[in-house]
Amino acid sequence: MNDTVAPSVTVAASKPVATATTTPPTTVVRKRPALGRLLPIVGPIALFVVWDLVVRAGWIKAILLPPPEATLMAMLKGLAGGPLLMDFSVTVVRTLEAFVIAMVLGVPIGVLLGSNERAYRSVEFLIDFFRSTPSSALIPLFLLIFGVSDINKVAIAAFGAFLIVLFNSAYGVLNARKQRVMAAKVMGASRWRIFCDVLLWESLQATFVGLRSAVSMALVIVIVAEMFIGSENGLGHRIIDTQQVLNVREMYAAILSAGALGYVLNVVFIIIEKRIVHWSGR
Amino acid sequence: MSVVISPKIDLPPETPFLPGPPGTHITIRGLTKHFAGWPLYENFDLDIPKQQIVSVFGPNGCGKSTLINMIAGLIPIDAGQILFDGKSLAQTKIGYVFQNYRDAMFPWLRTIDNIAYPLKLEGKSKAEIKHRVDELVASFDVKFDLMRYPYELSGGQQQTASIMRALAPGPEVLFLDEPFSALDFEMTLFIREKLQQVFMQTGTTMVLVSHDLEEAVYLADQILLLTKRPTAVADILHYQDARPRTVETLSQAGFIAAKKQSMEIFQREVRKPARMQAPGTLALS
Repeated sequence: MNDTVAPSVTVAASKPVATATTTPPTTVVRKRPALGRLLPIVGPIALFVVWDLVVRAGWIKAILLPPPEATLMAMLKGLAGGPLLMDFSVTVVRTLEAFVIAMVLGVPIGVLLGSNERAYRSVEFLIDFFRSTPSSALIPLFLLIFGVSDINKVAIAAFGAFLIVLFNSAYGVLNARKQRVMAAKVMGASRWRIFCDVLLWESLQATFVGLRSAVSMALVIVIVAEMFIGSENGLGHRIIDTQQVLNVREMYAAILSAGALGYVLNVVFIIIEKRIVHWSGR
Repeated sequence: MSVVISPKIDLPPETPFLPGPPGTHITIRGLTKHFAGWPLYENFDLDIPKQQIVSVFGPNGCGKSTLINMIAGLIPIDAGQILFDGKSLAQTKIGYVFQNYRDAMFPWLRTIDNIAYPLKLEGKSKAEIKHRVDELVASFDVKFDLMRYPYELSGGQQQTASIMRALAPGPEVLFLDEPFSALDFEMTLFIREKLQQVFMQTGTTMVLVSHDLEEAVYLADQILLLTKRPTAVADILHYQDARPRTVETLSQAGFIAAKKQSMEIFQREVRKPARMQAPGTLALS
């Protein structure tokens, strides 16, 4: 079961995928012969080769685009104890804080709303409206409420992530296979037992889709907030700061590490999801 | 007072509840069910005998599955009364086997826990549950690994497990809604034999919906033939060949006659024009 984690992940395309383009497309990969296993790294290598050629040929000024190996080295050095590590960890902590708040509030409320269709329908418009509102547009509003603080960044990220979790969990319950509910009912299960033994489980798959989108969303908003809400640390802050002084190597290093963070979070969630929702797509 | 003055124009007398003949298990009286304002069942009466297998057979769309779903309480009825040995559904232990086993089992539970689930609902102790599951495993002669998850089993194995789950609490009535439809022929034969064997061991009343006449007759003591909608009983045939019935039974005169007679009634019903049409619509079936 525990073969090394290539991003060979099959995810059943679930119905409600959250708003934005924050979820990277999931790749569907089947077992391939040994050579085929190398396919996933073809793209990155090609990118680095092109990048390197472009820099060497001088098509883009070195002041705008540093050579790839220098950027990678800057990133690795920075993450191995340099100042980048500090900013990186601050962003990780904020993202996870926002995510945990979103999850702790979003899953139970979503499941409860989903199990009462009338309740859900009555707040559906609100959820859909705010889910469709770019959370970054609400930053000024949150500034009014929370001021220029650390809490602000976490709060706005939590808000955006919360709506995604809420929506997906509610839909997971609403779309629970009716026959399983009937099967439990015919065996004499009470409404409460049906809720605990069937609906909660049925909603897990959608809930995980929500959680995965939510963590991406939290990261996006945290970084945006770090850029624009007078911040002293965090990856967003670092990216803006290095850009201002045209320290492009550090800027690219920060951007790359933000990308790596987002990617790793996604993969971690897919692994957890496969463990817990093991029946998904079967 | 007015009763004395005008006794003739009284309200119609309430129809008293008429119990079925001795040996009746389920009595259905005045069952009415409308779909989209259009009657499917209208004042439908039926007696289902105890410790027998009744196969329900009829034209498409006549509501075979709806009938057992209403008896099993999965679909609400508009009017009427359904009693099990004089008791209500809530006081009766029933088992139900769905056609689509994939959506009936709980994939988050191991197969063995799926089978044990109704026992857990009853609040049985661990030891009692284990005892009962062992009993079922022995009687079904289970050859596959019950520690696996349902989705890891073949269709026939899943349906076997879902029948075991339905039988686990020792139901008074077992409902089977086209239990073989999603299975291949080999598994159909296997599960058919298992059902017959369980029936011979326990005498559990069974109501089987089938779209395959051979299957319906093979297992049945009574074949309940329904009309087109609004659905009524077209006929009830008795088929009394001794059990265990085997593959040889299929070529015996009694079986062939029962099947032929069922077929004739079925065809007669299918050819009949619809007794009523929805206003402004053509009869689609």
